[in-house]
Amino acid sequence: MSELRRTPLFSRHVSARARTVDFAGWDMPVQYPTGTLAEHRAVREGAGIFDVSHMGRIMVDGSGAGRFLDLLVTSNLMTLAIGRARYGLMCSEDGGILDDVVTLRLEAGSYTLVCNAASWDRVTDWVAIHARTVRDVTITPRRDETAMIAVQGPSAGDALRTGCAIDVDGLRRFAVSNERMQDERPEGDVYLEVSRTGYTGEDGYELIVEAAAATAVWDRLVNDGGAVRCGLGARDTLRLEAGLSLYGQDIDTTTTPLEAGLDRFVDLTGDFIGSDALRRQSNEGVTRRLVGFSVEGRSAPRRGYEIRAPRIDDVIGTVTSGGPSPTLGTGIGLGYLRIEHTAPGTEIEVDIRGEPTRGEVVSIPFYQREA
Amino acid sequence: MTLDLESLKYSREHEWVSVDDDDVAAVGITDYAQEQLGDVVYVDLPETGSHVTQHEKFGEIESVKSVSDLFSPIGGEVMEVNLALEDGPEGVNEEPYGSGWMLKIKMDDRRELDSLLSQAEYTSLLAESEQV
Repeated sequence: MSELRRTPLFSRHVSARARTVDFAGWDMPVQYPTGTLAEHRAVREGAGIFDVSHMGRIMVDGSGAGRFLDLLVTSNLMTLAIGRARYGLMCSEDGGILDDVVTLRLEAGSYTLVCNAASWDRVTDWVAIHARTVRDVTITPRRDETAMIAVQGPSAGDALRTGCAIDVDGLRRFAVSNERMQDERPEGDVYLEVSRTGYTGEDGYELIVEAAAATAVWDRLVNDGGAVRCGLGARDTLRLEAGLSLYGQDIDTTTTPLEAGLDRFVDLTGDFIGSDALRRQSNEGVTRRLVGFSVEGRSAPRRGYEIRAPRIDDVIGTVTSGGPSPTLGTGIGLGYLRIEHTAPGTEIEVDIRGEPTRGEVVSIPFYQREA
Repeated sequence: MTLDLESLKYSREHEWVSVDDDDVAAVGITDYAQEQLGDVVYVDLPETGSHVTQHEKFGEIESVKSVSDLFSPIGGEVMEVNLALEDGPEGVNEEPYGSGWMLKIKMDDRRELDSLLSQAEYTSLLAESEQV
């Protein structure tokens, strides 16, 4: 086995007796002893805490930073205000998705780009290559110097208040701010970038903190804030219920944002890498689209299973993500279907290990928290 | 039902067998197996009266993250199925050697037990796989 990377919080996962797995070259907790279902429930009903330090963080600074990022990302980042965050896609010229990213803007000329763990090399290369062609932009990879912690669930704000004495209730959805946690460490107080964002379909926050302070923040959120430790298993069931795509699984270089149903994160009036291809695809219309579906019975759809049109016995798509929904109690999935089969309510059949299983296209998210 | 783990026989597919005097064997999956699977949400078991063959698939077990085949460590007629797992599949996680049992099988041939592992052998099998 090649050497797996460890996050600054690895010691905490070991002492909490997490089971870890190789995730994109990182030794990450998949679940703690209470198990994925309990962790999932904690996030839906209280507050859960995730180590997401394996995700990439790149600082993009300078007077040209906003324009530069706007060229690389499908959403309109020219209109991203200070103190705000925005989701978007990075595409190649042909419109295929290189990664999905969140851009945080903390100050006028200071942005943080958050990308997926598995995409780190590709995204850092892509950003560096394009940065050479513009002026007034400085790129600083900041993954290894920092840690990233997600606190998710209806009580996430309480956990931050009780655990870290930080009041973030005033932070609106997709807002970002610099916060300070007073601490008795010899190094002094801890500075955090806090955004009201997440990947669970629940209210919550994501914190970026210097690596050396990560365990101090984690311990206080767990011990004083009452946040329940959650692994990648729960992260996956939560994001699936929320209908959120996973890069490398539901979206990749062979799919476009329009096929993935991510139209609202694509500014077709703007110029970004891939915009010509996407405008063309938008005019011609997509021939397949990523949809959510649920199935009857107790066996859940899984990645790779074929989806057919009932009675016609015609393959119309493939499951890209699937599993049992802990909240809904049924099997749910995401998959690309031929466009004529994508309307909610359309009957489908999923081949679950040779067993044709009835299901229907449903609108995503499968689960939506009460406003 | 609490079992003495030393008295059990184990398969390489992580099932256990507990034999009583009447050639009836209780079958389930090991603690290691349930831990690898994670939270079990569904166990698909054969019907009472059906016949299972040693090392062949007799059902499926579905956890939150994956689905796996269940292989019978012993051949014979299914005398009893743990119906409690229908509504409480978490029994497999909570008590893999107790309330999480799956089948009771009237064995065709007791000699099939000879090819199974003792607890010591099974434990060293796990130790080996950990090292890979």
